[in-house]
Amino acid sequence: MSHGAGGKASRRLVEGLFAPLLLSGSDGALTDAAHIEIGGAPVHFTTDSFVVKPLRFPGGSIGELAVNGTINDLAVSGARARAIVVTFILEEGLSSSVLEAEVRAMSAALSRAGVAMVGGDTKVVERGKADGMYISTAGIGSPIFGITIDARTVRPGDRVLLSGPVGDHGITILLARGELDLEADLCSDTRSVLPMVEALAAEAGPGIRWMRDPTRGGVATALNELARDCGLGVELLEEEIPIHDAVRGACELLGLDPLHIANEGQFLAVIAPEYADLALNALQQTEGGDDARIIGQIREEPANAVLVNTRYGGSRIVDMLVGDPLPRIC
Amino acid sequence: MRYVDEFRDPELITRASEEIRRLAESERHYRIMEVCGGHTHAIYRFGLKDLLPSNVELIHGPGCPVCVLPMGRIDDGLAIARESNRIFAAFGDMMRVPGARGSPFEHKARGTDVRIVYSPADALQLARKNPEKEVIFFAIGFETTSPSTALTLMSAQAEGVRNFSVFCNHVTIVPAIRAILDSPDMRLDGFIGPGHVSTVIGCRPYEWIAKSEGKPVVTSGFEPLDLLQSIIMLLQQLKAGEARVENQYKRVVPWEGNRAALRAMAEVFELRPYFEWRGLGFISQSALRIREKYAAWDAERRYDVPETRVADPKSAQCGEVLKGVLKPAQCKLFGKECTPEHPIGALMVSSEGSCAAYYNYEYRKSLVTSITAVA
Repeated sequence: MSHGAGGKASRRLVEGLFAPLLLSGSDGALTDAAHIEIGGAPVHFTTDSFVVKPLRFPGGSIGELAVNGTINDLAVSGARARAIVVTFILEEGLSSSVLEAEVRAMSAALSRAGVAMVGGDTKVVERGKADGMYISTAGIGSPIFGITIDARTVRPGDRVLLSGPVGDHGITILLARGELDLEADLCSDTRSVLPMVEALAAEAGPGIRWMRDPTRGGVATALNELARDCGLGVELLEEEIPIHDAVRGACELLGLDPLHIANEGQFLAVIAPEYADLALNALQQTEGGDDARIIGQIREEPANAVLVNTRYGGSRIVDMLVGDPLPRIC
Repeated sequence: MRYVDEFRDPELITRASEEIRRLAESERHYRIMEVCGGHTHAIYRFGLKDLLPSNVELIHGPGCPVCVLPMGRIDDGLAIARESNRIFAAFGDMMRVPGARGSPFEHKARGTDVRIVYSPADALQLARKNPEKEVIFFAIGFETTSPSTALTLMSAQAEGVRNFSVFCNHVTIVPAIRAILDSPDMRLDGFIGPGHVSTVIGCRPYEWIAKSEGKPVVTSGFEPLDLLQSIIMLLQQLKAGEARVENQYKRVVPWEGNRAALRAMAEVFELRPYFEWRGLGFISQSALRIREKYAAWDAERRYDVPETRVADPKSAQCGEVLKGVLKPAQCKLFGKECTPEHPIGALMVSSEGSCAAYYNYEYRKSLVTSITAVA
C-alpha cells in the first residue's frame, strides 16, 4: 500500500521501474504533467486516478476531486486545462443515484473551472471490488503565457509560497471514515487552483521557478522532492505555515505531522526573491487566497533536505512520508 | 487554555533555556534519561536539543512499547490470525513493524485480515459486528494502554462476546528502569519520568530510584515547556545534592495514580514470571498476562501459539542504544542497513524509537553541521 501513498516508496516505484522502462521520451525531470509538442504546439498532458474512501465527505466527493485534481496537476505544471477525458470503474450493484450524484459533481466542477469534458469510458467490475467507484482521468492543457516550471532553475534565496492552510483534506477524510470517533468542523479543501496560478502568472510570472500541488504525502513530500531535484535545501518557518485549529488539534491527538497530510486545493510555488511580494499580493487578492503565506526559503544547506525552524529557536528535519500516516497510541 | 500554545510560548521557552544554562555547572557533564518514547519523539520533533547546553545530555530510554517487543511475538500473533475466519486487530503503530516473516501490513497484502483499531474497545466492537469471525486484538503498551485492554476484557466477559480474544504483550515500566540501572556500563544523573504511564501508576513507584539509587526523577509532560521545566527541576535537585521524585505533569498526573485503572488491571492481569524485551533480554516480572478467570479471552491459551524466537542480528547494537550506552548514530548499522523504511533493529521501527526519531528529525541536520564544521 505504501507504494501508492505518495511518499518515498511511490517515488522509488516511479524512478526505479516506471521511468526507466516506460518514459523513454522524457527529459528526466518528474513533474505533475508531461510537456509534449503536437504539430509544433506545446501541450501539457497528465493523468490521475481517484480511489478515495468514502466517496462523499464534508466539502466534496470523488467526482469533484477528479476534475479539480486533473486541473490542478496541469495548473502547477504551468498550463490551463483545455480538455479532460474520464474512465469510471464501477462496482457491480452501485446505486444509480450515487453515480448520478458524482456525475453532477463533476459537471459542476467543470463548469466552475470552464473546462470541457470531451470523452470517457465505463467499466463495471464484480461486487466487492473497486470500493463502489474508481475514477481515472487524463487532461491536456495549453501553457500559461510567460511561466516556466523547472526545479533546476531554483536558486538559494528564492522564497517558498504556499496558497493556504495545510492538511484540511487528509484530516477530513480520516475523520469521515468514522473509525476514529473524532469529530471536527472541517471540510476538504478540494478546489481548482487554476485562478490562483493564473493570478500569480499575471503578476509575478517571470519570478516563478517551480510549482507543485501537495496532495498525497503533503507539503513535506512535495518539498523534499523539490530539494532533491534542485540539490538545495528548503528552510521553513513553522510559525508561518497556515493551519486550521481543527487540523492542528487532530494531528496533535493522533501524533501526525500536518506537513505529511494530503491537500487537494493548495499549491506550493518557489519564487525569485524580487518577485516574492508581488506574488504574495497576487495570491492574497485572488478569491480563496487570503491565507497564502511565504513559508520559507531555499538555502544551500541542508542539501537535498527540508528543515523546519520552530518558533522558539529549535529546528528539525522533515522527511518524505514513509507509507501512509498512521496514528500513534502513546 | 488551549493546552498547546501555552506550553510552546517562545518567550518562556527562551527563559527556560537560559535558566538551564545558568543551572548547569560548566565543569559538570549531566546525563539525563528520558524514559518514555513519547518524550524522545517530542525532544526531536521540537528540536529541544538545540536549546540545551552541550554538557546537558539526554539519553533515550526504553519506553517505546513497539521497540521493545521481540520480533517473535509479532510472528506468533500473525501466525494465529492467518486462518480465514480470523481478524488481526492492532494499533496503527504496529502495522509496519516487521516480524521475521513480515509486518502486519505485509501479511495483509498476503491475505490476512488485518485491521487498524484506535482502542481495544474498537476491536471488541469489530467482534460484535462480525459474529462469524474471531477477532484477535494484539495488545501492546505500558500501563498507558493496559487499563483499556483490561476494561475491554471485562466488557467482553460481561457481555459474553466469545469471538474475541487478546494476544497480550503489555509490559510494565519500572522493571525496565531497574534493568537499566543494574547495567554496569550505565552512568546516569537523573530521570525524566514517564508522563502517561504515571497518569495510571502515579509517582510512588519511582521512589526507590531516588531513595536507593540516589537519582532524582521528575515526571514530565510532553510539550517543550514541560520538558524544559523538568530539566530545570532535575538540575535544581542535582545542584542541591538532592534526590527526590517530583511531579512536573501535575495537570494530568495524580501522585497516587488512577485507582480505578489500577483496579481494572489487577482484576484482569497478573505478572508474568519473566518476559523478553527486545534489546534488553529477559527481565523478570516485567510483563502482564491474562488471569485464569479470563482464560476464554486469552489468545495465548485459546490458540496454538508457535512461540517463535527470533534473534536480532548480532551487528545491531540496539541493547547498547536502548540503555543509552551508545548514541543512535554510533551503531554500525544506523542509516546504512537500518533505516525507518527497512528497520533491522527495534529502535528504528516506531517513530518513538530513539533511532527512528533521530533519523527522521536530526540525522541529516547533524551531517550538515559536521560538514560545515570541517569546512
